[in-house]
Amino acid sequence: MINKVVKNATEAVQDIPNNATLMLGGFGLCGIPENCISALVELGVKGLTCISNNAGVDDFGIGLMLKTRQVKKMISSYVGENAEFERQLLSGELEVDLIPQGSLAERVRAGGAGIPAFFTPAGYGTEVAEGKETREFEGKMYLLESWLRADFSLVKAWKGDTAGNLIYKGTARNFNPMMATAGKITVAEVEELVPAGELDPNQIHTPGIYVQRIFQGEGYEKRIEQRTVTP
Amino acid sequence: MLDKIGIAKRIAQEIRDGYYINLGIGIPTLVANYIPDNLNIVLQSENGLLGIGPFPKEQDVDADLINAGKQTISMLNGSSLFSSAESFAMIRGGHVDLTILGAMEVSENGDIANWKIPGKMVKGMGGAMDLVASADNIIVAMQHKSRSGASKLLKECTLPITGINCVNKIVTDMAVLDVLSEGGFKLLERAPGVSVQEIKDSTEGTLIVEGEIPEMKID
Repeated sequence: MINKVVKNATEAVQDIPNNATLMLGGFGLCGIPENCISALVELGVKGLTCISNNAGVDDFGIGLMLKTRQVKKMISSYVGENAEFERQLLSGELEVDLIPQGSLAERVRAGGAGIPAFFTPAGYGTEVAEGKETREFEGKMYLLESWLRADFSLVKAWKGDTAGNLIYKGTARNFNPMMATAGKITVAEVEELVPAGELDPNQIHTPGIYVQRIFQGEGYEKRIEQRTVTP
Repeated sequence: MLDKIGIAKRIAQEIRDGYYINLGIGIPTLVANYIPDNLNIVLQSENGLLGIGPFPKEQDVDADLINAGKQTISMLNGSSLFSSAESFAMIRGGHVDLTILGAMEVSENGDIANWKIPGKMVKGMGGAMDLVASADNIIVAMQHKSRSGASKLLKECTLPITGINCVNKIVTDMAVLDVLSEGGFKLLERAPGVSVQEIKDSTEGTLIVEGEIPEMKID
């Protein structure tokens, strides 16, 4: 088996250049590549285009990279919960492209699957459809959406092996599996890294072919945005 | 007039045994609390879960298990987990039986506006555009009028729209209405203590009233 293991996040992201296009997995703060984000802040790389469903909060997730002005453009479906984001957007420092969540997920999936474009009903008749080709299929209108691909995809999984196979946990799966397929270089950080052969091949969510670098992450904070409990 | 819980209780009466349901944020989330125990239904969370259970006990909180509103949740027996691409594939593919969501405005031809107010910070549409464009059965939970008293049931939406010709039914604090495929709001029920005339006065879009309009029955 090809060994994909790198030492840590610093080594995994060291060659990400200024103005790169990145995909970052996660929904809210759930399943985000915490270690890679910290390493990017340390690296100080600038002018990034970040494709991610959300933009973190002020002091966590992608919010940390916004604070250090490393992000030029966000491609997301929902960007609330972040005051610094709002300030940069209103002042024109930050560009934002808002995409319906299902179209975002499918555009990333298409990018990894070699499908340059597809028709979806989401956004037909709204401002999302402006400038896009539309077509009728069996009496219903659809609009053409194109694939998304990235220079680097940064994903977070629960378990991984040295061959790059990944297993996610709970709803921390979200955008990670598609993003893993759509990066020229995909970096996976995992809570538990095991030798090839220890994970059951029947249970693999992301096959190792999509992953170029994998490392054992550390110090996961796994912050919760809305802690709701039953008394 | 109904409060938010009243609206949620009335919408819960629309749920049928065997439904897979997607609940939006706000009043729609409350609907889950009033679904009759004898119905077997499954709640979908568009980040990637079928089988949302109640909020967890403090000791069972898991940061890797949240709903689309980013709240910590639990899973019921028989749950399944999947990616967000798979989740929206089941939404677009028409596999979800009922979608319940909030709105700022609905027009008499079933257009809905609920994602953007000009001049205010735009947070994004999340999954709302995918849901309204794909679902065959959409119920909207909303207030009939704005705080200043302006109707939110309009001939045409004034706010940027989320989807067109998609809303089937509306439950407001004043009434239950069907949105007819040929256009118009057909009045089905009145909220307790609300007259047909008050509903007429509060509806800018075409209101269709046929025969006696019964009062809603809410426990």
